Amino acid sequence: MTDISLVEWSRWQFALTAMYHWLFVPLTLGLAIILGIMESIYVKTGNPEWKRITKFWMTLFGINFAIGVATGIILEFQFGTNWSNYSWFVGDIFGAPLAIEGIMAFFLESTFIAVMFFGWNKVSKKFHLMSTWLVAIGANLSALWILVANAWMQYPAGMHFNPDTARNEMINFWDVLLSPVAINKFLHTINSGFVTASVFVVAVSAWYLLKKRETQLAIRSIKIAAIFGLVSSLYIAYNGDGSAKQVAKYQPMKLSVMEGLVKGTTDAPLSILGITTKPDEKDSLEIAKVKYSIEIPGMLSFLAFNDANAFVPGIHDLIYGNKEHNILSFNEKKERGLLARNMLKELQEAKKNGNVEAYQKNREEFMSTEFQKNYFAYFGYSFIKNPSQLIPSIPLIFYSFRIMVALGIFFILLFALVLWNTYKSDLGSKRWLLYIMLWSLPLPYIASQCGWIVAEVGRQPWVIQDYLPTLAAVSNLNVSAVQVTFWLFAAIFTALLIAEIKIMFKQIKLGPGELKK
Amino acid sequence: MFDSVALLTLQHYWWTIISLLGGVLVFLLFVQGGQTLIYTLGKSDIEQSLIVNSLGRKWEFTFTTLVVFGGAFFASFPLFYSTSFGGAYWVWMSILFCFIIQAIAYEYRSKPSNFLGKRTYEIFLFINGALGTFLLGTAVATMFTGSAFSVTFENIASDGNAVISSWQSSFHGLEALADWRNLMLGFAVFFLSRTLAILYFYNNIENEQVHTRAAKHLIINASGFLVFFLTFVIAIFFSVGYGYTPDTKMIYLEPYKYFKNFVEMPVAGILFLAGLAMVIYGLILGILKKSDKAIWYAGAGTIVTVFTLFINLGFNNTAFYPSSFDMQSSITIENGSSSLYTLKAMTLVSILVPFVAAYMFWAWKAINNKKINSSELNEDGHVY
Ligand code: HDD
Ligand code: HEM
Ligand code: HEM
Repeated sequence: MTDISLVEWSRWQFALTAMYHWLFVPLTLGLAIILGIMESIYVKTGNPEWKRITKFWMTLFGINFAIGVATGIILEFQFGTNWSNYSWFVGDIFGAPLAIEGIMAFFLESTFIAVMFFGWNKVSKKFHLMSTWLVAIGANLSALWILVANAWMQYPAGMHFNPDTARNEMINFWDVLLSPVAINKFLHTINSGFVTASVFVVAVSAWYLLKKRETQLAIRSIKIAAIFGLVSSLYIAYNGDGSAKQVAKYQPMKLSVMEGLVKGTTDAPLSILGITTKPDEKDSLEIAKVKYSIEIPGMLSFLAFNDANAFVPGIHDLIYGNKEHNILSFNEKKERGLLARNMLKELQEAKKNGNVEAYQKNREEFMSTEFQKNYFAYFGYSFIKNPSQLIPSIPLIFYSFRIMVALGIFFILLFALVLWNTYKSDLGSKRWLLYIMLWSLPLPYIASQCGWIVAEVGRQPWVIQDYLPTLAAVSNLNVSAVQVTFWLFAAIFTALLIAEIKIMFKQIKLGPGELKK
Repeated sequence: MFDSVALLTLQHYWWTIISLLGGVLVFLLFVQGGQTLIYTLGKSDIEQSLIVNSLGRKWEFTFTTLVVFGGAFFASFPLFYSTSFGGAYWVWMSILFCFIIQAIAYEYRSKPSNFLGKRTYEIFLFINGALGTFLLGTAVATMFTGSAFSVTFENIASDGNAVISSWQSSFHGLEALADWRNLMLGFAVFFLSRTLAILYFYNNIENEQVHTRAAKHLIINASGFLVFFLTFVIAIFFSVGYGYTPDTKMIYLEPYKYFKNFVEMPVAGILFLAGLAMVIYGLILGILKKSDKAIWYAGAGTIVTVFTLFINLGFNNTAFYPSSFDMQSSITIENGSSSLYTLKAMTLVSILVPFVAAYMFWAWKAINNKKINSSELNEDGHVY
């Protein structure tokens, strides 16, 4: 049997490294575009002040970029080192986006980043500007491909399971690339990067205004970032609603956990705020309950299904089943999963014993769309012993989701307020607003991390929704090995993070005037 | 029938791409080699800064090539990815550590308030250069010498452990260090990267002192490379290899397999010799004339040599990742590849590769038309 603590440590390690990666990537995604905008203004107006502004933010970009790369390489190879069974089970589908990402995006980015940094005096203005934009495009393309891969894990499409090779195989690339989940996820995530970078620029500029330094640079930067940020944060709220609708459609358990909905209802209310309490011992599933909740009746049904009367399943419905609404129970799903697994075993036996006839007959049935959809699609349930394994942590997800959404609304207000004051009054004299802008710096990072917690912890226990649970995805390793690498990563990434922050603050303090020529 | 021909063709096509990426990667390891020479060749601050900046403008290429090499391997031969990375855990993790600490070192090294101090970042660069190259060489050598693992597809449906690939040694990859042939290739790659670095400095840095010191080190490193590399190649030619019969796919041991592969695939064999000759010609140009063209010969020669070694390893019914524990678990380009559909999809994407190569060349030329010297460093631009 798989060692559960091995699974736990491998999950912790992946979570640690992914969350570190995600501290740096959003700024890269957004700042690259802001640089493109600034440099475009420089090329258009020929005003050297804009070149100075661009170069200042570019220095900060470089400091952040390096550490994004350092944390990224671990993630890619970790699929192999720590989730080796997963890498075989879905590698036929999953590997392709990663390879395409490298060929299409990473090379684009790393080539033109060299021109962007070292080419100021070596190439023409236009060529340089194009390079800056290509870096921005490359960065966002790399987000596209990795998110296509991630979306596919949440909503597997375009493949079937081949018993001969014991893995899932791609049968339609477009279903993988253009899945609605992938498109939505991509737009939501890059926009979260845009918001992050906008808040970053606004916060750093506010600091200059508070210190009464570089006021012109600060005001000009704020104008660009606040407009970019306002547009992105409006879009993110709209598109986040789209994400929630997809969760409702494809990952109902995640939705009921996000809302702490134990029993399904029609007219389901949306909980704006609430407190999660200790697991209820009378409930055999021992799940946490949400109490003291402020609710809007019917709103959840409406948000999830565009219909205030729609039925939203709760945790109980998803575990015990609900005939009226055609929801299979855990036991039923598990039976179907086991049936698929036994059939696979028989197939393998027949093949081994050279029983060609039995093999061919069974294989035909196994490969039929019918069987794959109604039975093999529940293969993952055959690994689950106890239904409570199917329920992700309610408090973690409930609160994370609310923090993200609250911050999303806050950013809209923040950017609107900043823009208003930049154009209508003297921003420099509104010290209270400047302080809010400055102290908003950590908020988009918190929102982003919360978003990923909702997405990734919320799909537990699945690595591949319904097909493969984490406990069947890990490599055959000793726990101690993973513990050692976990602590090594924790130590080195933390040291690098401290270094990054110190260097960044120092460069900001030095300011553009004293940057090395 | 048609499908199985197409599949075999695409398996060969993707192995060729992997081989090419491998060749380019080894050439680009000159960045790593250079990192071990910062203090040896640069005695003053200016000289060290020239070396660091000259390498710093190239490190991303090596790094990205490594990432793409990994990604392409995953996509085209996932069984290798899942078996080797999850099994030889310590070797791959050590390699990754060597590369994490490189990625920030250039950018952070000379920045004020950099927390760990300039010296630490230079040590990071040194570790990356020395250990990174050595371990990569050692890991690649196991593709000839074999590792102890088993692959059991039935596990996914079994009631016990569902994991398909298992590693048999509790050292999880470090046991590779016990086979002297692996060490030979590790040292060969290490010395090669330093040799190429010196030739690259001839080409890229304009500084008499650096060149004079480099000249002394070139001979030592070049001979180190030749001795270790030839020892490895001869040892491999005399070893038994892992072949398989095309119809039954059964794996068997075959004496002199890797030597025979070159004889049976004479084009690859001749290219191998030509590549080696080009490397040696580059070395001679470097040693006798400090020529700034030497890097092009030695570099191109490296790519060709490594490329043909990989071709030797994967073509002609050879198992490219042999298992010494359970021979039939050995991974070949046929049993370890992605499905026909996936390979086709990726092949369409690979049409982009020449474009990528073209714009890289173009962009590189645009910023590289001048050698680095101290006045160039002071022009406005990004300095490490
Ligand atoms: C600045 C960051 C930020 C902000 C302000 C928001 N989000 Fe978000 N959200 C993310 C950053 C993010 C993210 C980090 O990018 C996630 C993680 C996974 C993903 O696809 O995007 C995410 C995921 C995510 C998910 C889960 C998707 C899944 O499970 O696959 C939902 C339902 C929402 N978001 C909804 C919203 C709503 C309704 C918002 C209202 C304003 C909102 N988000 C603002
Ligand atoms: C968990 C899965 C992920 C893996 C395997 C992964 C892999 C990588 C790798 C290998 C690099 C270094 C590339 C180089 O050599 O330049 C990298 C950097 C990058 N990744 Fe990730 N990544 C993951 C998640 C994400 C996500 C979710 C995004 C965006 C939405 C993203 C966006 C980027 C970007 C923009 C870069 C380049 C810029 C930077 O390093 O800051 N990555 N990633
Ligand atoms: C960069 C943004 C991301 C963050 C912050 C993030 C966060 C996390 C977290 C917190 C976990 C642990 C969940 C748990 O075990 O309870 C996790 C697991 C995992 N994530 Fe992500 N994730 C990110 C992107 C991705 C992407 C893009 C992919 C795939 C393409 C991915 C694949 C995985 C896998 C394979 C695991 C391990 C298995 C599992 O626990 O389900 N992640 N991630």
